[in-house]
Parts: sequence; C-alpha cells; structure tokens
Amino acid sequence: MDGTRPDERPYGRRAFLALLAGGVTSFLWAPAASRTLSPLTSAFSQLVGDVLPVGGWRIYTISGSMPVFDPATWRLEITGLVRRPVSLGYHDLLALPRAHQVSTFHCVTGWTVNDVRWAGVRFEHLLRLVDPLPEAKAIRFVSAEHPYDDSLTIPQALLPDVMLALELDGAPLSRPHGAPARVVIPEMYGYKGVKWLERMELVATQPTGYWEGLGYDQNAWVGRSNGRG
Amino acid sequence: MADRIRLPRFTRTERAVHWVHATAFLILLASGLCLYLPSLAEVVGRRPLLKDVHVYTAVAWVIALALVVALGDRRSLRATVREIDLFDADDRKWLRGRRPAPQGRLNAGQKVNAIVTAAFAVLFSVTGFLLWYGERNTRFRFAQTILIHDWLMYVSFFLFLGHLYLAVIHPKTRHALNGMTRGWVDREWAQQHHAKWVASLETTASEPPLASPAARRAAHDL
Repeated sequence: MDGTRPDERPYGRRAFLALLAGGVTSFLWAPAASRTLSPLTSAFSQLVGDVLPVGGWRIYTISGSMPVFDPATWRLEITGLVRRPVSLGYHDLLALPRAHQVSTFHCVTGWTVNDVRWAGVRFEHLLRLVDPLPEAKAIRFVSAEHPYDDSLTIPQALLPDVMLALELDGAPLSRPHGAPARVVIPEMYGYKGVKWLERMELVATQPTGYWEGLGYDQNAWVGRSNGRG
Repeated sequence: MADRIRLPRFTRTERAVHWVHATAFLILLASGLCLYLPSLAEVVGRRPLLKDVHVYTAVAWVIALALVVALGDRRSLRATVREIDLFDADDRKWLRGRRPAPQGRLNAGQKVNAIVTAAFAVLFSVTGFLLWYGERNTRFRFAQTILIHDWLMYVSFFLFLGHLYLAVIHPKTRHALNGMTRGWVDREWAQQHHAKWVASLETTASEPPLASPAARRAAHDL
C-alpha cells in the first residue's frame, strides 16, 4: 500500500505545479495572449452582442438598480456659475449639432473596447447655451445613479474628442450604457465618463468625484494615472 | 436490491470537500455572472449586494475547506492526494485513449479533473483577492487580473458542464453520483469502470470486499 509501484509516476503534483506556474506567470503573458486572440474574441463578441462581454463591455454600477429613462419627463439641468441656467429635455438635446467619432474605451480595471462609434453633442454647444461666468473652471457631472458624480476641467471638456454621447454603435444609448446621455472622454479611464447624466454644475474648483473619494486619480489619463495598464 | 454488493467509494471527509467546493462554486458562478454579463447585470441589478455575496462566499469557502481538513479524516485525505498524484501505466494508456486500461478507484480523467480544480482554486483565490484588494489599494491593481479571473471562469465553466454531464446524464457513468452522495457504489458497476480498485479491495482479503482494511476504514466512515 505504501510503496510506489515501478510504473507509477507523480504526474499529479507536476501538473498541479505547472498549472500554478502558468497561472501566476500569466500576469506577464496575458496581455500579449489577449492581443493575439483579440481578432477572434472581438469577432465572437460581434456575434453574441451584449450577452457575453468577450472583448467587449462590462457594466459597472454602484447602486441597487440602473436609472430608468423616460423621454417625456427626463431633464438635463445645467446650473452653477452660469449666466443662464437651463433645463433641457431629451428633444432639446437631439436638436443640438450632432458630432460623430470612433474611439477606444479604456476601463481602469483593465478591459478595453476598440472602435466604439459614439454620436452626441460637444460640450462647447452646451456651454454656449448657459454662458459660464469667468470664475467657472470645471464641470461637475451628476448621475441619476446616486451618489455617482465626477468632474472635468473646462479645457478637458473641450478637448476635440470629448462629448456628451447620446448614441452608441448607431443606436440610442441603452440603459446599461447610461441612457439617454453619458460623458465620453477617451483619453481617460471610463470612471470619468458619468452615465445617466442628470445635472451639469459649473464650479470654480474641481470637486472630489465618487471614485476619486476611493483613491482613484482626479486626472485619469489612460496609462498616466494610478490606473496604469 | 438484496443481491447487490455495495462498495464504499468516498469517505465522509472526501464528500465534504467535494460538496463544500461544489456549493461555493455554484454560488460564486451565479453571483459572478450577474456581475460580469451585461444582460444579467441589467436584469438583476443590485451590483453592490452581488459583490458582497461573491466576496463573502469566497471567504466562507476557504474557511469551510480549512475546517473540513482540520476536523475531518486527514488520513483519508492524504491517501486521496497520493492517489491523485500517481499515474500508473494504465492511467497513461487511458489518457491516450487506448482501451482496455483498467482503472483504480479514480480513473485518470477524474485525477486530471481534481488536479485542475485544485490549481484553479488557488488561482481564483489569488486573482480574486487582488481584484478585491486592488480596489482599496491601487498598488495591487493590475490590468491583467480581471482577464485571468475571467479565463479561469470560462475553463471552469466548461469543465463543470462536462462533469455535470458525466455525473448526472451519461447513462454509463451517472451511477458514480451515488458514490459522492451516499458514499457507496454497486460492485457490478465498479467492476466495469474501476476494475483495479475492485481487485485491490478483494485481494487484501479473500472475504467479501468490505473485509479489506481500506474498505473497512471507508465503511466505518460512511
């Protein structure tokens, strides 16, 4: 019972250790493997759409359920340090000049979606409506998913590929993606892009946003903030 | 049936390890998928609650496994580990798909499944801890962690489907489930699938199988 028979080999522990070694070293080779496989996984994600997030979106929320969008009652308030505060309905937003762009979406947790087609409104058009006071330096974005908020400086909000998105991949934003309007700033990690936007507040100094309060960088530049990756 | 001989296959401790692992896996899989799949995330919502369920189930799983090892029959566990470790000539033949290759109490495929499950348990725990802790301390956040946790899930999910099929559906193998629920299997079935095990039980004593030391120990534990 105790002696090992001559034909027995301890393959079990070898396989176990090899799997562990493969798993631990994958911190080094996973990005390369994922890049190699990405044509495959993104083709697959085209097929399965929103069902499987292979090479695609994951939906993060901080509260019990996602806000529900009703086009009849929805309003976007733009207030704070402005000469003409406004309250826009969904159709007011749709009537503003429309911009289109294709950009990459980076999440701070490590996943990326390439070639996202956004359509929406540039912030210069929104700011023109309210006429900010000279002391206004930043915009606080408040989500209908309380207590989520975040902010951008006005120069950041006016970067050429920053927008208030209303459409994703040719269709109005779906509920998981922040219907009807979300902030898009491709150079920064996704937590700066507030979803289910209900209020923009012009402020003199940038407040601490939801994730910044939990240790994330205010300026979440992709690759140059504490998100790394 | 009265004329059927029952052979004790899994001790109580072995079964406890299995069911602790299985229960935790199912809760972790269900809560994890609700966090991961966009369609489920929208329908189920309640992300903070599901995150708590996921994290606390993982903690409870590790504690429960430690308790089973601390309070259970460690001698039987050590024997099982040794059994899983060793692959004899017939096991290697079995893995290459050559038959006949008479098998012991665990066939080579079951050994491989146990090894992968054990290694994945460690890797799931490490990456899961980093995901949890990385949200609190950004120095422990790595872009790859979530990718590795996902890949482990995909592989485990398909292994689990295969395991479920063999244990519950496939007519030739599903009797094995009895070994994991009640602890015993029919001698006749064991003779077909685990001939070397039956032979080893019967050569240690010329008596009926329950007289062998290994079987007595296992029967005592039933």
